[in-house]
Amino acid sequence: MAKLLAVTIVVIAIASAIPIVFHIWEAPVDISRHGPLIDEQMSETMVEAGICFLASQLVLGFFIWRYSNRPKAEKIKSFPGGARGLVAAAVIVVGLEVMALGAVGTRAWASIYFTPPAADAMQVQVQAGQFAFYFRYPGPDGKFGPIHPEQISEATENFFGLDTTHDADSKDDIVTAEMAVPINREIQLLMHSKDVGHSFFVRELRIQQDFVPGLDLSVHFTPTKIGRYEILCTQLCGLGHYNMKAYLDVLSQEDFDKWLKQQAALQ
Amino acid sequence: MHDMSEHAVHHHAPPTGFIRKYIFSLDHKVIGEQYYMLALVAVYIGLVLSWIMRIHLAWPNVAIHGLQFLSQTGAPGGILTPEYYLQLMTMHGTIMVFFVLTTAPFAGFGNYFLPIQVGAEDMPFPHINMTSFWVTFVGFCVAMAAFFVPQGPPLSGWTAYAPLSALGSVAGPGQGTGQVLWAVSIGIFCIGQLLGSLNFISTTLDMRCQGMSLMRLPLSVWAWFITSCIGLTAFAVLMPACILLILDHVAGTSFFVPSNLVVNDQIQPHAGGSTLLWQHLFWFFGHPEVYIAIVPAMGVVSHVLVTNLRRPLLSHRVIIYAMVSIAFLSYMVYGHHMFVSGMNPFSSIAFSFPTLAITIPATIIVLIWIGSLYGSKLRINTASLFALGFISMFVSGGISGFFLAQPSLDIMLHATYFVVGHFHLVMAVAALFGIFSGTYFWFSKVTGRMMNETLGKIHFWFTFAGAYCIFMPFHYLGMAGNVRRYQAFVDDFMAPLMPVHKFITIAALITGAAQLVFLYNLIHSRFWGPKAPQNPWEGTSLEWSIPSPPPFDNFGGKLPVVYHDPYQYGIESSTGDYVMQDSPEKIDTVRDER
Repeated sequence: MAKLLAVTIVVIAIASAIPIVFHIWEAPVDISRHGPLIDEQMSETMVEAGICFLASQLVLGFFIWRYSNRPKAEKIKSFPGGARGLVAAAVIVVGLEVMALGAVGTRAWASIYFTPPAADAMQVQVQAGQFAFYFRYPGPDGKFGPIHPEQISEATENFFGLDTTHDADSKDDIVTAEMAVPINREIQLLMHSKDVGHSFFVRELRIQQDFVPGLDLSVHFTPTKIGRYEILCTQLCGLGHYNMKAYLDVLSQEDFDKWLKQQAALQ
Repeated sequence: MHDMSEHAVHHHAPPTGFIRKYIFSLDHKVIGEQYYMLALVAVYIGLVLSWIMRIHLAWPNVAIHGLQFLSQTGAPGGILTPEYYLQLMTMHGTIMVFFVLTTAPFAGFGNYFLPIQVGAEDMPFPHINMTSFWVTFVGFCVAMAAFFVPQGPPLSGWTAYAPLSALGSVAGPGQGTGQVLWAVSIGIFCIGQLLGSLNFISTTLDMRCQGMSLMRLPLSVWAWFITSCIGLTAFAVLMPACILLILDHVAGTSFFVPSNLVVNDQIQPHAGGSTLLWQHLFWFFGHPEVYIAIVPAMGVVSHVLVTNLRRPLLSHRVIIYAMVSIAFLSYMVYGHHMFVSGMNPFSSIAFSFPTLAITIPATIIVLIWIGSLYGSKLRINTASLFALGFISMFVSGGISGFFLAQPSLDIMLHATYFVVGHFHLVMAVAALFGIFSGTYFWFSKVTGRMMNETLGKIHFWFTFAGAYCIFMPFHYLGMAGNVRRYQAFVDDFMAPLMPVHKFITIAALITGAAQLVFLYNLIHSRFWGPKAPQNPWEGTSLEWSIPSPPPFDNFGGKLPVVYHDPYQYGIESSTGDYVMQDSPEKIDTVRDER
């Protein structure tokens, strides 16, 4: 029975590692400028975690195999170096290694959150609500008109609560249900929620950020590959949460300009 | 033999009537069994809920016959509606975290064995102890009541994030009465745990018998004691948070709701609240809660393991210090649940490093366990199989914490199945393995009968292999970006992942069915199992020095005297390769390395 357990542990450990080693399920190709840092960090953590995982499971399996049901005559032995050696190993090999890894990993985090967006970053506003995203572009004046929550109305399709009659800045704002951005241009996404908590997750962009009702948040990124990508809500927001999504189109500058013009005409 | 022993002072007389003996009992052992029974009922409800969710995820159009009787609107024709999926998911998490993972390994085993293992005849405050269970029971009933109110239970998940949880029924089905019942239930639960923790702490500090120094306490006692200290502070924060949430519902306050929120084109009548405040309060409890579930399991597993290794662990003290370190750090890491929440990004870094640092004491404990296997005389029985399985599970689940502790990686993994796989392995399955290990180990002491080992081993193999088949693929799904808390995977990229979901569902059904073998074994052995000897596993701690089941006052009117460290195995004595803690026999003491 002990030997069976030992073999099972080893088989499970190796079987668990196979999908990782052969990249059977993994994140899609990155399309952001900051993404390579995250991917690199992911790979390094995977190597370290993988070594710790396999080593501990294999040693556990081996010791179970070797030291179970020994004859009475055999003596108890103590692990060479005793507890002191193992504590040192935990602190030095695992602890410091993991802490160092974490320290290195802050680079990727800093590239998103500690670096302000460039002055010429294109601003796009996104509003999350049960159960849809809406996007707003400032129009030719480059200014977003103010939001009047009391005027928000799904029925009249005034999703952002804009008062185009009185607010000059709102007149040229472009509101869309899908998001398009030009390639290789830094985007500053201005995020707010109109009701409950939501999240903005685009796997390919390596961006996930919650919407917090009552707070205006922003993230910035630079898309580097033309294509159509899914934007998902990842913060439980109610019964339609599973179906709350939109699309992000990364376009050439020319196509983007054309798209924006079409959207402006639809307002 | 017991020449130094003293007469115990009875705090309360043995009960005679059925109600005082079995229902409103002051006996810590009966209370421990009551907690265990409550957890047992809860875990099977939670299991069935997980089955329903898994079947729905894999085959969304397949009707689950009978489900419509639970809720005609939630499951018309036996097919879950999107909201009812979330409502069952919320109840699954709530039941499992609070009424199983906290209740069984801590309150259940702890109540039964802590007083015996410290050499006390009972807890110092038996009435408070009884109250703690019945308060918990009321909390459970209130949670269950949510199934039967109009619109059903809440759908905001076991974390009940505001403002979804605070806005009332306008935010979704179950967010009115169901959510209030949830908050009342958890608030009540907190009171029960606070009362229990007070008793555990005072029993450990004040009720130890003569000779039972702190370092002579078994590791299980240390684990329950440390957990009580965590619980005292963690539940003391969650309870007021629940009260504030209730007030937002019923008193028109706005603790967790900011101004100008628009739902269904209506501005909500709230202003000035903070949604992140709920997250801070919840996770200040929520992360220590992980350790409230796992530390008792660590203690139980250490206790079972060392008995079956027939040698002391490489270091008794190091395990204690490591568990204390984990408890201390547990308060500094909670922010890792909030990396992408909109919290100040500098705070994410501040919370990341303690999270990474908690790896160190956890690794130390694992290495001491594995290192103690070396050169041991490992005995294989169902209890030790589950203890060894615990180590494997704890390592597998713990290592994925390397990823989630880093804010930059959390961007990709947050709210995906990676997180679900991580916490199920490290917190839920590992803790359940601790519960199973403790059950197979102590069953004979509690009932006076042995459990069936063959059925136990069948239970172990299905559970061990099954848990890996369920929760390892969760990690792969998460790495591919499969989002959690979705009732259907309508997104383009998730469709190819459906075969993995189907595999997981089949594994979950089989593994769940294996739990019925456990239930049968438990019930059958309770009444018809072979009579158990007093010390079947040749253990050394005080519970094995008394009859099975133990008498009302544990030690027959006398308090024991302890002469030895808790785990004196691998020696030569008149009893064999071990010496009981209360044996005055002089031996060449095996001192662990200090």
